[in-house]
Amino acid sequence: MARPSRRQFLKIMGVTGATLLAGRSKANASDEPAQNYDDTLGMLYDATKCVGCKACMSACKRVNSDYGSLAYEKADFDKDSLWDAPKDLSGSTRTLIKLFKESDKQWSYVKYSCMHCHKPSCVSVCPVSAMTRDKIAGTVDYNKNACIGCRYCQIACAFNIPKFQWDKAIPQIVKCDLCKSTNLLKKGITACAETCPTGAIMFGKRKELLAEAHKRLQEHPDKYINQVYGEKEVGGTNHLYLAAMPFNKLGLPILKEEPPAEFSEKIQHTIYKGFIAPVALYSTLCFIAVKNMKKQEDDQGKHGHDGKKKGDH
Amino acid sequence: MGHDEYQRYDAKILTPSFIVLLALTLIGFTLIGVRFVKGIGAVTNMSDGYPWGIWITYDVATGTAIACGGYAMAILIYIRNHMRYHPMIRSAILTSMFGYGLAGFSVMVDVGRPWNAYNFFIPSKWQANSAMFEVALCVMAYTTVLALEFMPAILSYLEKTDWETLQALMDRLHKYTGINRPEMMDERLESVKDLAAWLKPRLDKILIFVIVLGITLPTMHQSSLGSLLLIASTKLHPLWHTGFLPLLFLINCMFIGYSIAILESIISCYAFKRPFELHELTGLAKIIPWLTVIWLTVVIGDLAWRGQLGTALSLDFYSRFFLLEFCLIAGGSLLLFSGRKRSSIRWLFVSAALIVLGGALYRFNVYLIGFNPGKGWHYFPALAELMITLGIVAFEILGYQVLVKILPVLPRLHTRKQLDAAKA
Repeated sequence: MARPSRRQFLKIMGVTGATLLAGRSKANASDEPAQNYDDTLGMLYDATKCVGCKACMSACKRVNSDYGSLAYEKADFDKDSLWDAPKDLSGSTRTLIKLFKESDKQWSYVKYSCMHCHKPSCVSVCPVSAMTRDKIAGTVDYNKNACIGCRYCQIACAFNIPKFQWDKAIPQIVKCDLCKSTNLLKKGITACAETCPTGAIMFGKRKELLAEAHKRLQEHPDKYINQVYGEKEVGGTNHLYLAAMPFNKLGLPILKEEPPAEFSEKIQHTIYKGFIAPVALYSTLCFIAVKNMKKQEDDQGKHGHDGKKKGDH
Repeated sequence: MGHDEYQRYDAKILTPSFIVLLALTLIGFTLIGVRFVKGIGAVTNMSDGYPWGIWITYDVATGTAIACGGYAMAILIYIRNHMRYHPMIRSAILTSMFGYGLAGFSVMVDVGRPWNAYNFFIPSKWQANSAMFEVALCVMAYTTVLALEFMPAILSYLEKTDWETLQALMDRLHKYTGINRPEMMDERLESVKDLAAWLKPRLDKILIFVIVLGITLPTMHQSSLGSLLLIASTKLHPLWHTGFLPLLFLINCMFIGYSIAILESIISCYAFKRPFELHELTGLAKIIPWLTVIWLTVVIGDLAWRGQLGTALSLDFYSRFFLLEFCLIAGGSLLLFSGRKRSSIRWLFVSAALIVLGGALYRFNVYLIGFNPGKGWHYFPALAELMITLGIVAFEILGYQVLVKILPVLPRLHTRKQLDAAKA
């Protein structure tokens, strides 16, 4: 009895393994057609123009606090709550200016907010479609009415952008949505870009922003690191950066051009393509199990037992 | 093979261990209450860098692997056709049911907006790209399947019961409060009995298809538990981030499943003072090293292929945890290759424990230890966070302890002896 059943078992293992592996070889067949990212909306942040006034931060909070559940964050020294002093992006803060100082001559401001990726990891992993990417504008939006709060988007995001409200009984995820339902809707521009007094934040279509970025790189090659951050990272983002210092020093990670979501989806899709593998597995197993039950009954019958019901458990 | 192969364990329910476990459970559930009033941050050390802490890592990712005893046993019995293990399945299913049910419960404690969970049942919200979506649906379905698989135990109890406890309770109620027994109570109880008797043969007929579903679903979601971390290519250390994560998690849950079935049997036989099921355990132990050898081969082959063998041996923080996990699993398997050690309860216990520890450490490495979101983030579980996990585990053991004393779950002793005698 043991011999053939072990062979059967190995066969199943083989089939499962083969389905898992077969997927990997034809992994380069992507389901989605190539998209045009020229007209998606984004922002170009030029760190060399930023003076660190943080007007963008306060504008963001003023405009989005009700809709986006933002709040002022008190500093330890500030007993009277006079200033908003977030230390990092958080469940109360969507955008933040930070200063990186290497020496008295080498320093740079940097602005953090959602990168609005072309192939966003957060959208790829959200189990209930609470994170969505607008097909035309390319904006990555969050819907708290769908969100279950599993925080998989936080695990997935290579930029650590989505933030969770840890201290609330009714928490939500907080991240920039390009003022989609607030300033952009009313005035056609994001609050931070509208407010910036030095033109460090430029709002527009990605194609124009990229052209402008490359123009600045060409005109002042001495001033900038020769790279537009976000042009190619994780397959391209709508939020672009120019800076005079290496981006990873400013807290922007060094990333590959392949979107992480493409890698994971390839594997997930090949295992579950058309739901064929699970159904095949189930039917094969059913076939074997029923056959085994029958054999069991026959054996019992032969030995003179009153063969009871099958599938007894 | 009838229901006569199982029996109730006749013993007092209120034991000292019951009290201890109950206390731990109550502390855990009180802290869960605090979490729902004050927010997740009030009881945990999780942060935006480490959004998944010990609850997901232990209760869900590791707990469901430890609850894979039912899955591993079902493969062995129904697919590999080793009916002699059949008496062991009910206790395996019971522990699986608790493991999975409580993993689901932990998820509801862990997620921030559980009231939105109904979105999993709304097709327009489905997101098939997400491994989490697959895991969630599969785990929900499998918990239901486990409950169905356990139904025969409950039905055969209902069929035969005389409702002594309930009758005694009603009498006492009548005595102290003067509340009368509801009319027709006996008839109603009788109809429940009839229903159970009617349902059982019908359930038995389709049960094999439910059982096979109970083999398919864990195959799917255990591999998806590995797929969950595929996306974190920049955060998970290269020692563990590989396209083979789903395959590794699948094999991992199988050898953990068989090892835990051995441990459970030894521990419950010891605790309930029953003879050890040595013959069955030796057979189970034979399977484990083959699975671990496949697993270890995939791990090494994959590391070599990705050029990470040097990293694995560099003896830095990550390498040490990797080597520890590797040695625990390899060491336990080496012991099991020896036939003499396989037929000793003590060595079986040691090797199964080593393999469970190593397998669990692998899952901790993937979900927590090898996970680095960037500079400045640290995580170590808070005391309240640990107490909640401990409370859930205590509730699991408590439930098992009580149910085996009420329902026919453990293998019947005299038939076992007869079977053994027949074989010898």
